[in-house]
Amino acid sequence: MELMTITTTHYLLLSAVLFSLGVMGVLLRRSAIIVFLSIELMLNAVNLSFVALSKHMGSADGQVVVFFVMTVAAAEVAVGLALIVALYRSLGTTDVDKVHELRG
Amino acid sequence: MDALFFYLIAIVAVASALAMIFGRNATHSVLLMVVNFAMVAMLYLTLGAPFLAAVQILVYAGAILILFLFVVMLMGNDPGPLWEQLRIQRPAGLLFTVLLIAGLVPVATMANVTGGQALAPLSDDPKVLAESLYSSYLLPFEVTSLILLVALVGAVVLAKRSAYRTEREEELHLDEV
Repeated sequence: MELMTITTTHYLLLSAVLFSLGVMGVLLRRSAIIVFLSIELMLNAVNLSFVALSKHMGSADGQVVVFFVMTVAAAEVAVGLALIVALYRSLGTTDVDKVHELRG
Repeated sequence: MDALFFYLIAIVAVASALAMIFGRNATHSVLLMVVNFAMVAMLYLTLGAPFLAAVQILVYAGAILILFLFVVMLMGNDPGPLWEQLRIQRPAGLLFTVLLIAGLVPVATMANVTGGQALAPLSDDPKVLAESLYSSYLLPFEVTSLILLVALVGAVVLAKRSAYRTEREEELHLDEV
């Protein structure tokens, strides 16, 4: 892997780093909003590797999958943010450590 | 030149992701995610996927992150306790992240995946994507519309203010949300 010629490997490595950063955000932060943003970061990193491999394989299938991931991410964000708002309404906080009761 | 461009974008993307995770202000974190998504959109451009780059900006930066901003502003941007209650959680989280990177890097550099050659140009055209989407991926496409409908209804049901206030809400005096 040469340094000055950009290959698929470079994109995959960047995608791996971004994904790991997303995992780190989920593991370390306790604010539900930041955890959720980190999940978006992970989805985005996977999208990047899909597009890179789609180009590597010379096929458009990877890009179609990215479309679906984006759509499902949009749906997930709508429901997830509604959950966070409901959580804030019943607990007065978005700290995920505070969410340890079954009763609302 | 291409390599320089890639490295610049990669550095900005990683730096904005790090700043997002370690930021103390939720609004700043959301805005840093806009930067990150814009950088990834530029990478899509370099990968010959201009349509996806536009969708990335429109859907992620334009719709999803605006939704995040609305929610952050609704909650008064209260970061709450920033870190964990368990003392072991932070070192354990960092350890797992390092282990994950150590595990992913060999996979990304596997020779039989990448071949190591420069990227071949892909005859990219929104038309190619659309043909694929409406022929071989027609069923997933239709299911997607159902998912969006369910998400829409679900979001309204979950976020709707209920007719009665719970005891907890009375205790917390949460009138404004």
